[in-house]
Amino acid sequence: MNAMKIKKSPAEKVFTVFNYILLTFIMLICLYPVWYVLVASLSDSSLLMQHSGGLLKPLGFSISAYKKVFDNPMILKGYGNTLFILVIGVMLDIFMTSLGAYFLSRKQVMFKNVIMMIIVFTMFFSGGMIPFYLNLKDFKLTNTLWGLIIPFMINTTNLIILRTSFESIPDSLIEAAQIDGAGHFKILMQIVLPLSKAILAVMILYYGVGIWNAWFWASAIIRTRELYPLQVVLREILMQNDVSAMTAGVGAADQDAVATTIKYATIIVATLPILCVYPFLQKHFTQGAMVGAVKG
Amino acid sequence: MKETFSVRLKKDFRRNKMLYLLVVPVLLFYLIFQYRPMYGALIAFKDYTPTLGVADSPWVGLDNFNRFFNSVYFNRLIKNTVLLSVYNLVFGFPAPIILALLLNEIKSKKFKSATQTVTYLPHFISLIVVTGMLRDFSLTSGLFNDIITFFGGERSALLQNPKLYRSIYVASSIWQEVGWGSIIYLSALSGVDSELYEAAQIDGAGKWKQMLNITLPGIAPTIIIMLTMKIGTLMNMGYEKTILLYNPATYETADIISSYVYRVGLLEQDWSYSTAIGLFNSIINLTLLLIANKLAKRFSETSLW
Repeated sequence: MNAMKIKKSPAEKVFTVFNYILLTFIMLICLYPVWYVLVASLSDSSLLMQHSGGLLKPLGFSISAYKKVFDNPMILKGYGNTLFILVIGVMLDIFMTSLGAYFLSRKQVMFKNVIMMIIVFTMFFSGGMIPFYLNLKDFKLTNTLWGLIIPFMINTTNLIILRTSFESIPDSLIEAAQIDGAGHFKILMQIVLPLSKAILAVMILYYGVGIWNAWFWASAIIRTRELYPLQVVLREILMQNDVSAMTAGVGAADQDAVATTIKYATIIVATLPILCVYPFLQKHFTQGAMVGAVKG
Repeated sequence: MKETFSVRLKKDFRRNKMLYLLVVPVLLFYLIFQYRPMYGALIAFKDYTPTLGVADSPWVGLDNFNRFFNSVYFNRLIKNTVLLSVYNLVFGFPAPIILALLLNEIKSKKFKSATQTVTYLPHFISLIVVTGMLRDFSLTSGLFNDIITFFGGERSALLQNPKLYRSIYVASSIWQEVGWGSIIYLSALSGVDSELYEAAQIDGAGKWKQMLNITLPGIAPTIIIMLTMKIGTLMNMGYEKTILLYNPATYETADIISSYVYRVGLLEQDWSYSTAIGLFNSIINLTLLLIANKLAKRFSETSLW
């Protein structure tokens, strides 16, 4: 093949250079806002106030904004609530999704197609926001963290991704276990799931990130402030500009300046877990997106 | 025939009894949290009061729908929803395809994977944070205005300006999703037969011709599937982002059907009316999806089902 290497035309060389420059520029645009927030959060608040334009490194250096963020009991409570939803939620999500995916991956089951249709139909039609909310009320799932876990246990896209993956497990393995007298639940737990570690990692990540970033239903059904998950606390701070809990004791003139760095620090505190695990998990995320690409 | 069916049924039940037992919790989940709300959507045709419940609230026929069609907001909501969706489709749909094509031409593996890592990142940042940053950067003293003045423009509160709202919405959506959206096209691109390129090079076809005659036809089925899905959710623009990004000053261009449902339903508790509007929106979505799927089937033999 190398012998046939064809010389690049000048136009192609220009394109290659242009392509590298363009993609580098795109990378900068993707990364810079996050970088800006990070260095601004570490800046001295009054210096930041006077500054105009972009930042490459912190102006002065101060972690006082972070101290204020961690002194805010709402942030810590929000973290706790989100972690509770995350741990219990991901376990239940994986369990329920596996049950469905295992059933749909079996062959020679009479009602499989009917059940598949019942499930897939919900991807294209739903009762809508208000009936969903009234339904939660009927089941007393409002103003409780369980209302953010149970109604969201199965994501249909994830279910189909997992089913596609289960289908690739050789039937002979499952049949052999059946001959040994193992029931379906045992086969799922002891053969299918251990063979699907890679895709389960993807599922954990998908559900986990979804739960971490979810806010809408929490803001709709949670009334007690002590039950707010992190994103809802974050929303109060970012949208309603409610930093009063953290600027107590700061002179009125400095309020605005301090509020800005506190906002940025809060963003970083709420995003850091994802930013930290992300580079290590990126490969898995991508894998899942590819499996998901398989027509379901 | 009847006999064989009942025989088959018995056989299937005997064979798969335990399997059906496993799927019961899953079916219950869908029944309770998906199909029960669909039944609950009947309140769109009723005058719902919580004390009476769905079944006993009196029927009012199409009154709620007529109220919406005659509402002063009707035209504005339809126009805003359609325009936001169309802009999002026209600019947002090709973006990840172009990014994938550009990435596909990169020979350096390191550079390619670095670009991928960085461009996927915004997908994982929560909407609260993304819109929080947008609000802050759009302030008169914010980063966007610093950039605008650098290029000789004047400072203004960008998110208070209804004329800029759609551009900010669409551009930030592209920023957040372009990398993640490109994954599926990259995997389609890696499936294109490399011998075709070698043959084309021998025939003297340049890069541009190769792209038009080999690459694009190679990933066309993926593009068509994705486009069909996109059209099916065309009127289903995200209310989450809208709710976080708009304010009364920009309702004029920003308020869409689903955000209106949210305000009328969850905030003002006008249950039946908001459910009717939501149902109207869902039915349009389903219709669009069916049409798109039919067109895809007719013209390309690729379809969702």
